[in-house]
Amino acid sequence: MTEGAEHTTVDQARDMGLSADEFDRICERLGRIPNLTELGIFSAMWSEHCSYKSSRRWLKTLPISGEQVIHGPGENAGVVDIGDGMAAVFKIESHNHPSFIEPYQGAATGVGGILRDVFTMGARPVALLNALRFGAPDHALTRHLVSGVVSGIGGYGNCIGIPTIGGETHFDASYNQNILVNAMAVGLARADRIFLSAASGVGNPVIYIGAKTGRDGIHGATMASAEFSEEDMSKRPTVQVGDPLAGKLLMEASLELMASDAVVSIQDMGAAGLTSSSVEMSSKGGLGMEIDLDQVPIREKGMTPYEIMLSESQERMLVVLKPDATERAQAIFDKWDLDFAIIGKVTDSGHLVLTAQDEIVADLPLDPLVNDAPEYDRPHEATPPLSPIDNAELVQDMPLSDALKAMLGSHFLASRRWVYEQYDRHVMADTVIESGGDAALVRVHGTNRGLAVTTDCTQRYVLADPYQGAMQAVAEAYRNITATGAKPLATTNNLNFGNPEKSAIMGQIVGSIKGMGAACSALNVPVVSGNVSLYNETDGQAIAPAPVIGMVGVISDIKDAVTIALKQAGETLYIIGQSQDTADGWLSNSVYAHVIAGNDTATAPPSVDLGSEQKHGEYIRHLISQHLVSAVHDIGDGGALAALAEMAMAGNIGVNLTLEAEQLTHGWAFGEDQARYLVASADPTALEAAAARYDINIQKIAMTSDNMQLKLGGSDIISIEELNSVYENWLPELMGSKKQ
Amino acid sequence: MANVAVISFPGSNCDRDIITAVKHITGTDPAQYWHKETSMDKHDLVILPGGFSFGDYLRCGAIAARSPIMDEMMEHVWRGGYVLGICNGFQILTEAGILPGTLMRNKQLQFVCRDVMLTIHQTESNAILAQCKEQMQLQIPVAHNEGNYFADPDTLKKMADKGQIAVTYTNTGAENYNPNGAINDIAGVTSENGRVLGLMPHPERKAEDIHGGQDGRLLLTSVIEAAS
Repeated sequence: MTEGAEHTTVDQARDMGLSADEFDRICERLGRIPNLTELGIFSAMWSEHCSYKSSRRWLKTLPISGEQVIHGPGENAGVVDIGDGMAAVFKIESHNHPSFIEPYQGAATGVGGILRDVFTMGARPVALLNALRFGAPDHALTRHLVSGVVSGIGGYGNCIGIPTIGGETHFDASYNQNILVNAMAVGLARADRIFLSAASGVGNPVIYIGAKTGRDGIHGATMASAEFSEEDMSKRPTVQVGDPLAGKLLMEASLELMASDAVVSIQDMGAAGLTSSSVEMSSKGGLGMEIDLDQVPIREKGMTPYEIMLSESQERMLVVLKPDATERAQAIFDKWDLDFAIIGKVTDSGHLVLTAQDEIVADLPLDPLVNDAPEYDRPHEATPPLSPIDNAELVQDMPLSDALKAMLGSHFLASRRWVYEQYDRHVMADTVIESGGDAALVRVHGTNRGLAVTTDCTQRYVLADPYQGAMQAVAEAYRNITATGAKPLATTNNLNFGNPEKSAIMGQIVGSIKGMGAACSALNVPVVSGNVSLYNETDGQAIAPAPVIGMVGVISDIKDAVTIALKQAGETLYIIGQSQDTADGWLSNSVYAHVIAGNDTATAPPSVDLGSEQKHGEYIRHLISQHLVSAVHDIGDGGALAALAEMAMAGNIGVNLTLEAEQLTHGWAFGEDQARYLVASADPTALEAAAARYDINIQKIAMTSDNMQLKLGGSDIISIEELNSVYENWLPELMGSKKQ
Repeated sequence: MANVAVISFPGSNCDRDIITAVKHITGTDPAQYWHKETSMDKHDLVILPGGFSFGDYLRCGAIAARSPIMDEMMEHVWRGGYVLGICNGFQILTEAGILPGTLMRNKQLQFVCRDVMLTIHQTESNAILAQCKEQMQLQIPVAHNEGNYFADPDTLKKMADKGQIAVTYTNTGAENYNPNGAINDIAGVTSENGRVLGLMPHPERKAEDIHGGQDGRLLLTSVIEAAS
């Protein structure tokens, strides 16, 4: 007899992250006590990571439908219609805990995992993005973690040959012991050739393809569902190891297999490996599955059924083949030198039955595994509202140029070039706009259509006000997509929070989901996929909450797209969404407040007006499509003047501010009021006429010039070279690679 | 126009890109070969694309250089055929002993992806670049982890004497104009007969307006015309 035949205890259940109540619930649903393998399967399926037991009640409230949505949440990735019979397939997913323990492999396998979620649906991945959060720049671990995570992301993405073209990197002391590594992948497929995971056809063969199963990553999903402590560094062996070449072979073979009409359904083995893939495929099809564990390709001898089912070895897929397709499939796998094994078949039993050495080692009804995971309505306490600080308390007496320099040279705004130059941004030769601006843009290969992609979240706003902060994350993503000329289509989200068993954290989760839902509804960008990462706490200290938004938009002709770079002298610059006489702005909880005023307390962030966001967005897309603007930038962190400096540096074009001296306040320059854009136009008359038609407030602020300077009123002048130097040097200096 | 072929290895990831770029220039799809194939038709120009042929877990290009198709490739070289190896393709050519020198890990120990400025050196043994002008300046991106070209002083002298140092990183005055620490700023070298070119930068990534320039297309056109 194998070990699996023994009865388990409540202590073993606890070790696997289940509560005593949950163990009782399992025994009751089964009508008996599970053996070790069975308990392992339950603990993985009922983990927070797989079952969303703390967040599901609230996730259900998010808007998930719209005429553009082909498949919403519940599949491996979301699918939206982008026109011309094509679909964009995308999702974002976290690999936070593994990346802290083993930054290179944690980040690399995060990229590999999200790519599999996308190509599993029959889509060829075309873009990668990542949202990263590290601890304070001067924290002892930060450089080590930045270095490892960035080279891990590059190590996987560069090798597999998908351009990494967007994302964001932020620093905050709350991430000292819990970094965030969220990877997003976007793919393209024919809208009528999307592959789903539901098994069908009783008797159809179940095949295993890809890398062999080893002892790495056992119970990774459970690790991702618990708080961290110092001793967890001993969990290093539970971090999976990535093999991007194997990932590439698996991607090419899977896409070739799907194109050959051999596949009934397909699912990658991600979190909880063979367990979640076999359970999800058979339960979604309303069927059952038999698996002979002796047929599973294994990397080392003597692996127990428990280990085989819970391994998270990378680069593996489970496929239900059409009955006559085995030979065709075999030929494809031989070409790509991939392991291929028939490990079982689809049944109508409603059970997952596992055998090893001709004995049944697990026999579980699928219904309770999938549908009876507890759903908690955890107590939640709303984050108390905070007051803003008056500008008068924040404004410092210094020239605008000095404040601007200090902000551009701070961790909030400094260039991320050191990060993105380690990513291949040009492979596939369809990159139109790459990292460093607002959204990135890739061409739909062989067409003039383009996909705009971005990730956004300003965690200091969310910490202060989860509802407004989450709305702002959606609004900023919407503006970033819009600023390229693309129409925002849909979102994916990665909800990174602390321990949901604490009512204040649960309050952040509830507030954020409500804010996100309101914004996604109002802006018609439904949520089509997502991921939840809870328990981002170490020794009781939770992270600043980060509900990261990934968004995709479409532009019908990439030749119309614009970037943030100023193009030529003699153009007029306007702030869109601001009236001509606006003299002050929202400095509370701004980059200015933190960097210049040294105010690090959480204070009220700027509020979001979704009606203005939509109205201004429509106007901007009109201006771009009519070629009335040559450069567009969303105004976000650092306010209008930071945006202006970024546009000048990107284009190497000077700017002269034309406002009256009394209008050039620090609040005007650095306020972070929302729903605003900065645009450059060679046709101000037409732009102003359109603003009147659209009923939009605009403020004419400057002219572009060829003097390579920012003239900020009076004698306050700073050269673009000097700005560039503080902007570009901060991160290389932090990483100790200023001199190569 | 030259009759062009492209060879793919399991981890090649720029094969589609170079095929697209060649087709834009010649108007026809180049022939494609898989690394396991053991016969190859006669072609004027064979291109080894960029990528990570076998994952680069051993030295880059070392396993690919011993692939079944490489026997046919050697035949093509002995016949005096033209060859362009881009990035990983360059690494394969040095590993196969078709081009001198080797490509080591970048000096800064990081992958690097950005535009660089290149200088073309026109010499009598640069048949493959005969259509380019002497000292022509081209802006083309690199993307590699192992592009730090190295050869011993004797080899370098011999190469210089024979005009094999065909493309260098232009000293623009920027601190990091040479993206990887390559000796003598070498970005690309040719064989003694001038018909084989190994190049670290990716010309197929500056081949259309959306790429922000067409300098790469100009270089590729020169190579294709030379082989025609």
